[in-house]
Amino acid sequence: MNRFVALNGWTLGLAALLGLLLVATKLIQPDFGLSGLDSLARAALPFALATLGMAVVVIAGGIDLSVAAMMAVASVTAAVLMDGASDGQSVLVVTGVLLLGALMGALNGSLIVISRVPDIVVTLSMLFVWQGVALLILNAPGGAAAPWLRALIVGGVTLPGLPPALTEWLPKAVVFLFVCLAIIWLPIRRSKLGLMFYAIGSDPLAAFRFGVPVGATRIAAYAVCGLFAALGGLSVSMSTGIGEPIPGPYLMASVSAVVLGGVVLGGGRGGLLGPILAVFVLRLVRMDLTLMSVDPNVTTIVEGSIMVIVVMFGGVLAMKGRRS
Amino acid sequence: MTDSAADAPVLDAKGVSKRFGAVVALRDASLTLNRGQIVALMGANGAGKSTFVKILTGVLRPDSGQVLIKGRQSTVGSPAQARRTGLVPVYQEPSLIPDLDVADNLRLGNTPVEPFRHWTSELGVSSLRMDDRIGQLPLATLRILDLARALASQPDVLLLDEMTAALPTDLVDRVLRVVRAEADAGRSVIYISHRFTEIAALCDRATVLRDGATVGDVAIEPGIEERIVEMMLGGAISPAKPATHSAVIGDPSLPRLRVRGLSTGTRLRDVSLNLHRGEVLGVVALEGQGQDELFDVLAGNRRPTSGTVEVDGKPVSFSHPADAIAAGLTLVPGDRALALLMPRSVRENIALPLLARFAKWGAIPMRAEAARVEAAIERLQIDTRAIGEVRRLSGGNQQKVTIARWIAKGVHTLLLFDPTRGIDIRTKRQIYALVRDLADQGAAVLFYTSELAEVRLACDRAVVIFNGRVVEVIEAADADEPTLMRAAYGLIADGAAGA
Repeated sequence: MNRFVALNGWTLGLAALLGLLLVATKLIQPDFGLSGLDSLARAALPFALATLGMAVVVIAGGIDLSVAAMMAVASVTAAVLMDGASDGQSVLVVTGVLLLGALMGALNGSLIVISRVPDIVVTLSMLFVWQGVALLILNAPGGAAAPWLRALIVGGVTLPGLPPALTEWLPKAVVFLFVCLAIIWLPIRRSKLGLMFYAIGSDPLAAFRFGVPVGATRIAAYAVCGLFAALGGLSVSMSTGIGEPIPGPYLMASVSAVVLGGVVLGGGRGGLLGPILAVFVLRLVRMDLTLMSVDPNVTTIVEGSIMVIVVMFGGVLAMKGRRS
Repeated sequence: MTDSAADAPVLDAKGVSKRFGAVVALRDASLTLNRGQIVALMGANGAGKSTFVKILTGVLRPDSGQVLIKGRQSTVGSPAQARRTGLVPVYQEPSLIPDLDVADNLRLGNTPVEPFRHWTSELGVSSLRMDDRIGQLPLATLRILDLARALASQPDVLLLDEMTAALPTDLVDRVLRVVRAEADAGRSVIYISHRFTEIAALCDRATVLRDGATVGDVAIEPGIEERIVEMMLGGAISPAKPATHSAVIGDPSLPRLRVRGLSTGTRLRDVSLNLHRGEVLGVVALEGQGQDELFDVLAGNRRPTSGTVEVDGKPVSFSHPADAIAAGLTLVPGDRALALLMPRSVRENIALPLLARFAKWGAIPMRAEAARVEAAIERLQIDTRAIGEVRRLSGGNQQKVTIARWIAKGVHTLLLFDPTRGIDIRTKRQIYALVRDLADQGAAVLFYTSELAEVRLACDRAVVIFNGRVVEVIEAADADEPTLMRAAYGLIADGAAGA
């Protein structure tokens, strides 16, 4: 039990912080309720998916600055192809867009592995490339999203046979997020590929000596990142109903959430649950400050300070834990 | 021991060559290994040993020549492939993933768990939990885990690269015993080490490399050491002389460094010693007896919980390494990577401690700097082919740079922590001579060594630390290995002595 707490201390701490923030929100805004929770979850969804992609790459010892631009490509591709498409066709489109995301990620990874140019340089360049591609596909917000997609993330969960009151509080967007996580990450985490991500992030030379195909593993990590980015792009279209060629502020937000979520920049350490919680913590802080009508410029200062303080605090706790 | 009539060599490398651009790393290396044999692979720094090892283990491809493993042409393209051919290396640095736990590391390498556990307990690491994170385990344990992992995969050929370099003496004995037993059971071993005592005790043959070519393949027999040294060096060299003892310089009642009752509240419990000008004082201890903490305190990396340190009679207390350096105490750490700016040039690395003196924030007077740096490089015979980046130097040359920088600066008290670990015999002798020169010029040197034989070669006296306390002070003349060994194990008849 103690060992479980020690190993997952960071995530548990974030969960507690999130709980406190929810209580605080309720105090600040007494009528914060189901609809508030629902819109919070929906707003956080693209951030969370971008963060998941970023987290995978960071765990594998890299970074992907093009994550938001890939989301834009996925969003506009989906919106353009789905415009006027039937439900059956839109399923195909979704599959195609997910595949496209993985391919974009794999291309990022391959360029890094083959060119041996540092990841930060390659993905910075690809940021501009994917941005251009997104604008070529659709030069202004437009297109459409299939209604069934929209239904996936709007409102609370209702299960047949259960009274709605029992499940309604749970936003569909949250369920959608965790389903994506479970389908994509769980099999990876439990397989050797997951170990290899951690291995190349932790010590590439040792991993190489283990016989880990370091280059291929790196490409795979970027492909997974691209897949999550495509889901993120889809989620933008799902919640707005159109395609967005200009990427939102997802890049910096995802890096922040990854760090706050306990993934060590430089690789090898952390999980995906922490970053998700961190996304919600950061969104809630922003929401609460807005509700308290704090100057938005002050809001960003507070957000930045929280990150430094929490990461520092966590470092101190970790050090204490090691001493005892 | 071997039944070579029946079967062909397990490993047969012939005419292997490799060049990197204009630099020829290997010209004509060969190595033959029969079933059940232990062959020492030896060579001075820069002889091409590491390149040869990389080719054998599949990290590099040779330009020409062939490597036959079990009679089959092996063109290993990766470590994983080499493993499949039956050759399993244990590298000089631990090759486990620091952020994963033991179980995940085994899973990653497809290592069967039960044999692994068997070998770890056989090798003397019993208190191992499978969910221990690798990054939190001590270096010596990691080396043992690496070896256990290799043994668990039942290799035909085991390649051990400086396996015992970071191990305490008790673990070394266990490792040697296990390796010998495995060879007797039919495995073949390539054993790379700079320690002649181990090679004499363990190996059947020695293959010697010099300047990228195999220059000798000799059976190990009593008295072979000098011949091997000759082959490695390519000419007769004088046998290692015991240290010429220098007289203590200055007032013997006023030591340069006077340590009383030093304790850190952890492993260092109560250490007292005197270090005089002109003296090289050896420190001998098994792994983890408090020597790391002692050096940390003296170098200002750590604060003691009790005890005093006096420099030239004045009490000092360091809260930062800069304080220790200002008091004239300079540390050459055991881990070269900690002391050097790896991607920078030899020149910059040597000049770094000078900058505080030459330039008070202003421009660096290049000419004065260059003169002193050149003098230091010359003095140490640092190989200057790769002068642009320290990380491209061999280990021995890197170690010389860490010492050279303090010579260029002028040194009062030098704290050397295992300065000769993993470097070849010629460089070792250069370092002994250098340390002696420094002492003769009035420096005081504290010299921790993990190799007991070094005490006689480099020191005037030695203190033996056991369990955080000084248990014995021995004159170098009396410091033969059995005496030191007994003391290091705390086997002293008449109680602890003070320095």
